[in-house]
Amino acid sequence: MDYQIRLESFEGPFDLLLHLIEKQELDIYDIPIGQITDQYLDYLWAMDQLDLTIAGDFLVMGATLLSIKAKMLLPKPPIQTMEDEMEDPREELVIRLLEYQKFKAIIEELQIREMQQREVYEHPFNVENFLSGIKPPNPLRGIGAADLTAIYQEMLEVLTKVEPIHELYTEEYTVATQMELIGKLLSSKVEGLFFFELLSENLNITSIITTFLALLELIRLSKVEVYQEKPFGSIRVLWADNKL
Amino acid sequence: MLFAEKPKAILECLLFATAMPLSIDEIASVLELSLEEAEELLFQLMREYNDSDRGLQITLLAEGYQMGTKPQYAPYLEKICRPRSNPLSKPALETLAIIAYRQPITRTEIEAIRGVRVEHLLSTLIERDLIKEIGRKEGPGRPILYGTTSEFLIYLGLKSLEDLPPLDKQQDGIR
Repeated sequence: MDYQIRLESFEGPFDLLLHLIEKQELDIYDIPIGQITDQYLDYLWAMDQLDLTIAGDFLVMGATLLSIKAKMLLPKPPIQTMEDEMEDPREELVIRLLEYQKFKAIIEELQIREMQQREVYEHPFNVENFLSGIKPPNPLRGIGAADLTAIYQEMLEVLTKVEPIHELYTEEYTVATQMELIGKLLSSKVEGLFFFELLSENLNITSIITTFLALLELIRLSKVEVYQEKPFGSIRVLWADNKL
Repeated sequence: MLFAEKPKAILECLLFATAMPLSIDEIASVLELSLEEAEELLFQLMREYNDSDRGLQITLLAEGYQMGTKPQYAPYLEKICRPRSNPLSKPALETLAIIAYRQPITRTEIEAIRGVRVEHLLSTLIERDLIKEIGRKEGPGRPILYGTTSEFLIYLGLKSLEDLPPLDKQQDGIR
């Protein structure tokens, strides 16, 4: 028997399945899965014929139905104990259908409520009026100018007591400035200088590292030459131009 | 009479001037009455409005009291008032119902029940102030949990969430 499909729009795969089940007065607890699967796929086919885009959700359900159908076709184990029956492959689908059915059934009632409430007009909402009505109590209530003065003076006292914990100086060493400095120091010394003599009096890690980097840069540019008489000995730095 | 005319007039003003439902606590605190006194006064006023030929009614909505027009006069108001926003589409109402009965609920859980994606419906419902994010579910990804707003109760004319029609009445459930 051909099942005539009316192409209604369905909210989703569950909606369509329930429609098929209700239309034929099938028992939801014992769905003839082969029949339903065929009809479901027929519907998808019809949608396809009409060039309607089939939502992915419908396809997923089609696959689920086919998988259930396949499972039901598999031979059952020969011995079946009475109480420990095989799980019905349809069970999960039925649970989900029943859950969906509950909400589908309640929609009508909610729609009636929605329509009824639409007939009631309230005072037009005026946000500003409403908000000013529920302003929180003034947190400064009962506090006068004298209180504020006293609090301010207290704060001033506390502020003057606070001593600086540590002062930070920004000492700018850049490779460029150190290169310039090295050049200035070396160009007047024909015999060159030792590396430690290049360091300014402000010895700190930043200045040492920056000076060393500046020196490397000058070596790369062949502006200076360096000599070391023995391993770990002092490095003598010569200004290349002074050799000429 | 238990009350002088004045507090009832004040109550009438309050209900008229506020657009959102007023809780009995709010009414009592403004009138400086006990909860019982405020309630008694309110019921008197409700009777006077609701059981008479007046155009206005006072109803319990979203756990508060609100003054509004009686539904039978809507056709006249429609002629003069700005048209109301469209009723919710079926999918939107379906999604809203699932959230209302199963809150707090994540998007994936809603989709498991509907069998369809609901992302755009959720944003519609949030836009209309009918649902809101009410937290995050513990677990992988900490998904957003949705719940209904008090605007939702007003929208469907519900006193509270318990006032929702029972979901299971035609079903014994399974097993």
